[in-house]
Parts: sequence; structure tokens; C-alpha cells
Amino acid sequence: MIKLSQRLLGPVTLVSLALTFWLGLWVTPPDVVQGDLVRLLYVHPPIAWVALYVSFGTATIASCLYLWPRTRSDVMDRVAYCAMEISVVFIALTLITGSIWGRPTWGVWWAWDARLTSTAILGVFALAYLALRRANDDPAVRARRSGVFAILTAINVPIIHFSVQWWKTLHQGASVLTSNGTLNVHGSMLWTMLLGFIGFTLLFFWLLRYRYRLEVKRDFVVATTVDEALALRRREGV
Amino acid sequence: MTRVAWLVAGKDLRIEARSRVLLWQVLPFGVIALLLSGLALGPTHAGNSTAGPGLFYLVTLFVALLMINRSQALENAPGTRASVATLGLDPAGVFLGKALALTVELWITGLVLLGGSVLVLHTSLIGTVHALPSVLVTLAALAAAGTLYGALTQGGDGPATLLPVLTLPAFAPLLIAGERSYSAALHGGALWEWWVIVVVALVAYTAVGILLYGVLEES
Amino acid sequence: MPGDQAVVRLVNAVVLSKGFPLLSGVNLEVDRGSLSVVTGANGAGKTSLLRLLAGLDSLTSGEGMVAGVNLNGGDLRLLRRRVGWLGHEGSFYADLSARENLEFAARALERPADEVGSALERVGLTHRVDTTTKQLSAGQRRRLGLAWLLVRRPELWLLDEPYASLDDAGRTFFDQLLREVVAAGATVVISAHDPLRSGGISPQHFHMVGGRMRTT
Repeated sequence: MIKLSQRLLGPVTLVSLALTFWLGLWVTPPDVVQGDLVRLLYVHPPIAWVALYVSFGTATIASCLYLWPRTRSDVMDRVAYCAMEISVVFIALTLITGSIWGRPTWGVWWAWDARLTSTAILGVFALAYLALRRANDDPAVRARRSGVFAILTAINVPIIHFSVQWWKTLHQGASVLTSNGTLNVHGSMLWTMLLGFIGFTLLFFWLLRYRYRLEVKRDFVVATTVDEALALRRREGV
Repeated sequence: MTRVAWLVAGKDLRIEARSRVLLWQVLPFGVIALLLSGLALGPTHAGNSTAGPGLFYLVTLFVALLMINRSQALENAPGTRASVATLGLDPAGVFLGKALALTVELWITGLVLLGGSVLVLHTSLIGTVHALPSVLVTLAALAAAGTLYGALTQGGDGPATLLPVLTLPAFAPLLIAGERSYSAALHGGALWEWWVIVVVALVAYTAVGILLYGVLEES
Repeated sequence: MPGDQAVVRLVNAVVLSKGFPLLSGVNLEVDRGSLSVVTGANGAGKTSLLRLLAGLDSLTSGEGMVAGVNLNGGDLRLLRRRVGWLGHEGSFYADLSARENLEFAARALERPADEVGSALERVGLTHRVDTTTKQLSAGQRRRLGLAWLLVRRPELWLLDEPYASLDDAGRTFFDQLLREVVAAGATVVISAHDPLRSGGISPQHFHMVGGRMRTT
């Protein structure tokens, strides 16, 4: 069952993304106010959802599981690392699609908007995580430190969110479900956007799977190199 | 934990008092940075700008980076780390002690820089006095965060350059909250939300430090 | 290991640092209350071995039990409290005086502060108690390291090239100290370039080459 779902992950991702683009570009109508710009609705919020919640969430949970002695394993460290790396890509895409949307709406590519600013700060956190990993060669040290850093970053998310929001915000409120529980988007637009959420979430897990496999292969190469280094070391002075 | 915290804080402050790095290196750097900020604003704005609180916190952040590096470097001098590790000190106590010493050092630096900003940037003295409680709590939160991030960078490649990359994003909300509450003290405005940010950050960093500093020491 | 005489037992111990095998499969057994000397050329792995025994570095593979603590998953902080470490780089806060450094160690270990004075007197540093450590000579810092260990009174002494920088009087004093420590039941492991020159003690000799033991 697991093998079947792993096999289907790629095709289902491609089909759902292709459908999202087809529905988003050709089937759904333009918006009364925003015109064709509204089509970014099918891409930008799903990408931001993956960047800020799915990938960061996966990295944080995996980091917690690594630091918890009973669940500590290299698997968790690899998952955290790979998820954070993918999150950098999605955060960059969030900022790019947000800027493309912001230029005609706000008149500028970059605004000191709460969500834009907090997403950018989170992106710097993700880059800092990767920098921290590169600074430590010892696998156990690297895993422990990056685990702590990921948890600190997760704690920072609400602090950054509220500080920047109280500081200044231009961004629109929640798009799909408002705070009083009513739906803002209707009909084909809603379904297309939801399909986008599913498609990009599946894309994240698909990428995570392949990135994880790559990391396992890299660890295997390192282990082989270590065996060679051990053999060389033992021959010293012989 | 408390016993170790006082012991480590006392040791760090004693070393600082002995070496005078704070007095002869960190404080002059802060004062120069403040003067440069005034120069960057230009002659028209340097004396009557509303940017005083922001510049104060910006300079304090850069000064804090130096002090965090210094605080961690004490533990990582050749040989020191190994021999102190064999004392088996409670890591939560070590974290609290180092954060406490850094807080005191940041408070001293902060007071000097506040005086400098009143003098050079013409920030209101009365408003600055009103802002003092929020400044002190913000600096304590910076110290707690800095102690954690400082420990994260030690032992790896380029700790001095890695530190700003790790800390500055985390300092951003503290910079915002500190600047806003200082500005509110000067010009009026809502204060409570900024207190929430700073106090939550202080509590969160202290709690994580107490729980996870041992994990970093193991590294 | 109840009733076991071995304070140190390593089986095929490997320690890696940045992919380089500092230790490449060490087998070692050290009895309680013994003096052991580990010799070997530069880079043979002597310091790495002592750091592993002190719980300062982790075991990458193999098995290890030191002072009752399992190196695979055991409480390394507990192990560190049981060992005394004297490295060749110096062991202290450079801006604190000799007395302040020892008082810090004594307070950390909850030992009475009056032990500090006697330890400093014992190692012949009474005239330099208030001098900052960075102003002490290399030999004096080594003596301070010994005083640090006297305050600590560990059950396993790990001394990395302890004779370095010591003058003749220092070496004689150190030999005497070793005899007393071993007679009192502590275990001592020393790293050195050459076999121990002191008389009166018959140490166990180990020789390291390429990160592991070679039978001598």
C-alpha cells in the first residue's frame, strides 16, 4: 500500500498541478475588480501555504523528533534538512509571486507589508539554517545544532508575525475563510484554488522524497569514504 | 541551577571587569556607530529626527553582536572548554548565568548609548527616562536570545560571521518592539502590544535556553 | 560492571572528526588504581584517546565503558564529573587569577574553598596566587593545572603530555604526586612521546600508531 502510494505520488502531483493551471488559466473567469490578476490566487496562496506551514512544519516536527532521545535517528535529521531546503525554494517563490501580484495592486514590487516582511525574515531564517549546517562538519553536532535552531525558528514565527503585523500591514486578510467563518471565494475559483493547495502540497512531498533519497546516497558515499579513510589511517606507520 | 547561574554570571562579570574589553572596545564602538548614524542622517535631520529610537536599537544590536561573541569566546579559549566541561556544570545554570552577565553588560552599554542619543540625536530626556523599563526588558530578551544563538555558532567554521546571520532575523521583532515602545514613550501611542512581544520573547528564549542549552554544550 | 577491575574498556573504538579517523579501532583495558602511559608519535591519536575517555568527544563506532559510564548513550556529563583533565593548552580562564580559577572550580564542585589554598601551596604557587593566568609561565600554568586536579580529586586522571614545560623540580614533584594519587586508589592515564622516565612506579605501557594500539 505504501509502495503504491509512493509510486502514485509523482503522477498524482503532476495531474493535480496540470489541472490547477488549466482551470486557473482557461476555465475560471476573471475577477470583477482584479481582472486576470486574480489567477495568481490559484498559485500564490498554495505556494505560501507549503512554504510557511507544510515545509517549515515538517522541518520543525522532524527536528523535535531528532532532539527527543527516544525518537532520535538520522532519518529525522535528514527529513528536517531536506524540508528546510525545499522551504527556501517555496519561500522564494512566495516572495516572487507576491511581488508580481503586489506591483499592479500596490504600485511597488516590495512594500513594508506585514506578511511580506515576515515571510522575508522567515526566508532568512531558512537560509541561516542551511548556513549553520554548512559550518559544522560533524554529523551529530550538525544535527543537534540545526535541530535547536529549527525549534527556535518555529518559536519565532508567531513573534515575528505579530510584531510585523502590529507594525504595519497592507496585505489583504484571510482569502478563503474569513474570521467570522464565511467563504470569500466561490464556485470554480474555490475548487481551483483548493486543487492548487493539494497539488503544491503533493509537490512538496514528492520533492522531499527525492531530496531525501539523494541525501541517503550522499551519506552512503561519505560512509564509503570513511571506510577508505579508516583503512588508510590503519596503514600509517606499517 | 540558581547556584550555578550566580557562579557563572559572577565569573563572566569579573572577567569583564578585569579585561575591560567592554569599556575600551565595545563602548567606543557603540559611540562611534551612534555618531556615524547622526552623520548618515545629515546635518538637517541629525538633531531633530524621529529616528532616534530606531538608531539607538540598531547600534545596540551591532554592539550586542560583539558582546555575544565575546561572551562565548570566554568559554571556547584553547583548553578552557575541555577543563570546564569536566566540572559537569548544570547547563541550564550556565545558560542563565551567561544570559544574566550579558544582560548586565548590555544594560551598561544601553545606558551609555541612551545618554549618547539624548546628547547627539537630541532625543527627549524625559521620554527616554519613560522608555527605560521597556529598554531594559528588551535588552534582557536580546541577551537571552544572544546567549542561545552564540552557543549555536561556537566550534563551527566562522563563528563571528555566522552569528549575525543566525541572530539578526531573530532580533528583528525585538528591534521593532523596542523601537515602537521607545517611540511611544517619546511621542505617545499604544504600548501594551510591544510589551507583549518583548516579554513573550524573553520568556520563550529563557525557557528554550533552560531546556536545550545542554544539547548545545554536548556539541 | 559491578566488581569489574577495569576502569576503562574500549573495544574497536573509532572516533571521527570531519571524516578523518582520529581513532581507527582502539582496544584498551585499564585497571582501577593503575598508572598507564600511552606513547606514540605526533598525530598517533594520544590526545584523541584521552578526550574520548574524558567524555569530551563521542564514540563514532565500537564499544566503550569508562568509569562505569557507557560511551554509547550513557550520561557523558556524569563521566566528565568523574574524570580530571589536564590538556597541554592550559585549562583556565586567562583573565582570572590562579586563586579565582581554583575557587571557581571548587564552588562548581561544591568543595570547601579552603582546599584552594592548600592545593596552590602543594604545587608551589603560593607566591603567584593573585596573578592572572595569562601572566603565568607555561610551567606555572601546568602546575596550576595540577592544583586544579587536586581540588577536583577525580577517580580517573587523564593527563595529556603532563611533563611538557615542567622544569626538573616540577617533574620530580609531579612523579611524587603520581605515586600518591595511584597509592590513594585513583587511576591515571598519561600521554607522552617517550616512555615514563620516573622511577618508583611501574606503569602499564601502550603504544599508538595510526589511531590504534600497537603491542609493544
